[in-house]
Amino acid sequence: MATVAGTMAAPTAEGVVWSWLTTVDHKRIGVLYGVTAFIFFLVGGIEALLIRTQLAVPNGGVIDPELYNQLFTMHALTMIFLAVMPLGAAFFNYLIPLMIGARDVAFPRLNALSYWIFLGGGLVLTSSFFLGGAPDTGWFAYAPISGTTAYSGSGMDYYVIGLLILGLSSLAAALNFAVTIINMRAPGMTMMRMPVFVWMTLIVAFLLILALPVLTVALVQLLFDRQFTTSFFLPGGGGDPILWQHLFWIFGHPEVYILILPAMGIVSEVLPTFSRKPLFGYAAMVFAGVAIGFLGWAVWSHHMFTTGLGAVPRVVFATSTMIIGVPTGIKIFNWLSTMWGGSIRFTTATYFSVSFIALFTIGGISGVMHASPPVDQQQQDTYFIVAHLHYVLVGGAIVGIFSGLYYWWPKMTGRFLSETLGKWNFWLMFIGLNMTFFPMHFLGVAGMPRRIYTYDEGLGWEFWNLFASIGAFILALGVLVFVINVARTMRQPKTADDNPWGGSTLEWATSSPPPEHDFDAIPEVRARDPLWHDRDHGLSQPEGDPDEHIHMPPPSYYPLILAFGVLMLGVGPLSHLAVTALGVPVIIYAIWGWVLEPTE
Amino acid sequence: MRSSRSLRRLAPVALLAFALALAACSDPQTTVDPKSDFADDIQFVYLLTFWLGMAVFVGILALTVGLAFWYRERPGRVAKQIHGNTRLEVVWTLIPVVLVVVMAVPTWQVIADSSKPAPDDALRVNAIGRQWWFEFQYDLDNDGEYDDLITANELHIPAGRAVTFNLLSADVIHSFWVPQLAGKVDMVPGHANDLWFTPHEDAARAEAYLGQCAEFCGTAHANMRFRVYVDTPEGFDAWVANEQADGAEPADELAQLGQELFLTPVWTLPGGGGGILGCTGCHTVAGAPGAVGKIGPDLTHVGSRGTIAAGILDTNFENLVAWISNPDREKPGADYNDDTARFMPAFETVLTREQIEAIAVYLLGLQ
Repeated sequence: MATVAGTMAAPTAEGVVWSWLTTVDHKRIGVLYGVTAFIFFLVGGIEALLIRTQLAVPNGGVIDPELYNQLFTMHALTMIFLAVMPLGAAFFNYLIPLMIGARDVAFPRLNALSYWIFLGGGLVLTSSFFLGGAPDTGWFAYAPISGTTAYSGSGMDYYVIGLLILGLSSLAAALNFAVTIINMRAPGMTMMRMPVFVWMTLIVAFLLILALPVLTVALVQLLFDRQFTTSFFLPGGGGDPILWQHLFWIFGHPEVYILILPAMGIVSEVLPTFSRKPLFGYAAMVFAGVAIGFLGWAVWSHHMFTTGLGAVPRVVFATSTMIIGVPTGIKIFNWLSTMWGGSIRFTTATYFSVSFIALFTIGGISGVMHASPPVDQQQQDTYFIVAHLHYVLVGGAIVGIFSGLYYWWPKMTGRFLSETLGKWNFWLMFIGLNMTFFPMHFLGVAGMPRRIYTYDEGLGWEFWNLFASIGAFILALGVLVFVINVARTMRQPKTADDNPWGGSTLEWATSSPPPEHDFDAIPEVRARDPLWHDRDHGLSQPEGDPDEHIHMPPPSYYPLILAFGVLMLGVGPLSHLAVTALGVPVIIYAIWGWVLEPTE
Repeated sequence: MRSSRSLRRLAPVALLAFALALAACSDPQTTVDPKSDFADDIQFVYLLTFWLGMAVFVGILALTVGLAFWYRERPGRVAKQIHGNTRLEVVWTLIPVVLVVVMAVPTWQVIADSSKPAPDDALRVNAIGRQWWFEFQYDLDNDGEYDDLITANELHIPAGRAVTFNLLSADVIHSFWVPQLAGKVDMVPGHANDLWFTPHEDAARAEAYLGQCAEFCGTAHANMRFRVYVDTPEGFDAWVANEQADGAEPADELAQLGQELFLTPVWTLPGGGGGILGCTGCHTVAGAPGAVGKIGPDLTHVGSRGTIAAGILDTNFENLVAWISNPDREKPGADYNDDTARFMPAFETVLTREQIEAIAVYLLGLQ
């Protein structure tokens, strides 16, 4: 194997650590995403518990306002950018090639690069706690309070740099998955035969590709306002804080669908498998998802109904927001109809998916309520909104993700998570999240604003705040049971066969866990639910030739090196610009080596 | 039998929860006990969306639980291999469409109504959000100048007469919200938003309506509150007459000393390490010579207000002493200095306890 001058030989990947650091296998990258995101999920959860501890009683004295403001900001950033998005990415990475019958993603090294950049961005954002204070103006970072260094010190610079780095990661991953899904499907898998999870991933990829540039522009402008007083958003210099809100929410609302569509995709896989019947109204499910993706661009100003928008934009954005209820309603009815007439096997995955329907509906209904601007003028920035968004993100996204974890765990590891612990996991989380978030509707109606570190007694907020805080700890206990379940399961022998749940999609056609090359022979797709079609028509998937050499992309150092260079670019503005300058040759070297790296 | 017994045991809990939820109506800062025409309109749309939402929620919940129970795995059951049903799917596309129309039309109507200009005879008030308190400036003679009456954190308006607010901000984004009187509208620097409503004729009461900043605005956001007193027309006129008068002269010797201290322009820090501005650097007391500062709240009638420090402390001797001694201890962030010098320093560094008490006595006398 010849190496070009100035480049390294491909890693031989003998040691465990180096084999993970240099891997380009989509399954291993999926595992890396999953483990990292789950750790961040625990960090975000601890932030939430601190918040709930402070708010458990009126005039709480556990946390001072400066730290509280950092905690609610970082809780949102951690959960959105470092937990839910990458947990979705973990499923995309692991499952998309398997579900479309491919052996890897279109750009395996780019895939590794996405992960390493994500890790760097997550570390930058989180390290701010220990380096002068975390961001503290909310994840929405409204100018002008975010636009000067007077209030938040360096925290907001970590916010800008952290999100820029994370955006790069998501953008690269989104392009990778769009290309993979469009180009690398197995023979016979037409677009309308793709699993709904693959469709939702494709929609999420396009949302990311289109939404992230808007955020990037806004973040750079914010950084310039802070560092060079460019006054894009600062009224003192002729800028307009409302411009930031438009830019942020043009990104921020599609982001909501980026968070929830993967969970909808998971539920659309789990329910048919355990109901033992095909998804009801497949085409309507796909088009409803596409419609949500499109409409997601036409609703951003509903975050701004109280900013003094004119009557026409309020009417238009109220109407477009309510209309999103239509495709969402179609999805809910189709999930229910998938259960109808089935023979539903109640595993832990089923519990999570069925509860998703009811919990997501609650978040959907409250969302339609404040789609009405007059109602929103009472509910905006109160705990009613906190209740709403947590029903969507916890009751929706997180519950969907847990359903997916229990469903695909045997495929990913060859081992079954304990169903007994799984039921404990489910019920503790279900009870905990409803205890935490349902009373927040009452608190909002009783006039409790968001983002307050303290409140007086006598306002009628005491009981439900204490109740919600107790619920938060029960929810946390549920997550702890999951961790115990995983720790126990990973010591068990591998007992899962190829298709333990009787699923219909291609990932169940290979071994559990799958070999590095995924499939011994590329599968053939003859119908929408390929494995059920095979079963019902006495067909089988092609057998592989054991002597065939399957060429897989070799591991590479360069994604890691390039990600490190990108991290240096970002760390420079936060420490010393020399770091940025040193990052440039690292990046050039990594790209040089990347391009010339032998692929044998 | 067992289930019905446990249901009966659950019933009081459910009833309690329901009662507590209803009790939200009587909470001091409730959003669902409207006392103005605008708040009534919001309540109408709210109740419409609430009951429609409840109907959908109960329906979906019943279907979810019912289907999950009915179609659970049982011996001999075979799942029907159905792929869809176009007619059904059209039906449940149309159901949400109808619901959307039912909610959208009244929404449009309320938006249109609340976007009409305020009546010409409306009371006109500038409401300015500042980190972290509210300033109110009245234009009583309708000349376009908001200079007839200036107060802070406590607003008086007459029942039955429209009041229109010009919402401004001096620094970052705040939001003006008195749930029982109106939905919130943001105070955005560089913008002038407006909000108007007419409190009900019978909304007048001695107790204040509670308001609070509803947009995150920094350290003391949680402690940025205000009160709105809806007075009878006669009560409002009497309040205006009192407010327009100059600050009261000190009533006794101690208050006299307090006034002298209050009017001292600069205090030297012990040890000669520079000085800090005295009270008048930031505060106005009309009629007191030199007390014309514009950075902090106007204190001309501070003794007549129910609270100090943006609605977080009752106005009394102990609280005033504590506040002047070290405001940041009472309200973290009060010493926030963004280089515009609009913070309140801890005067315990330059004044003795006795001196601070004298100032407090003077301020309490400013009725």
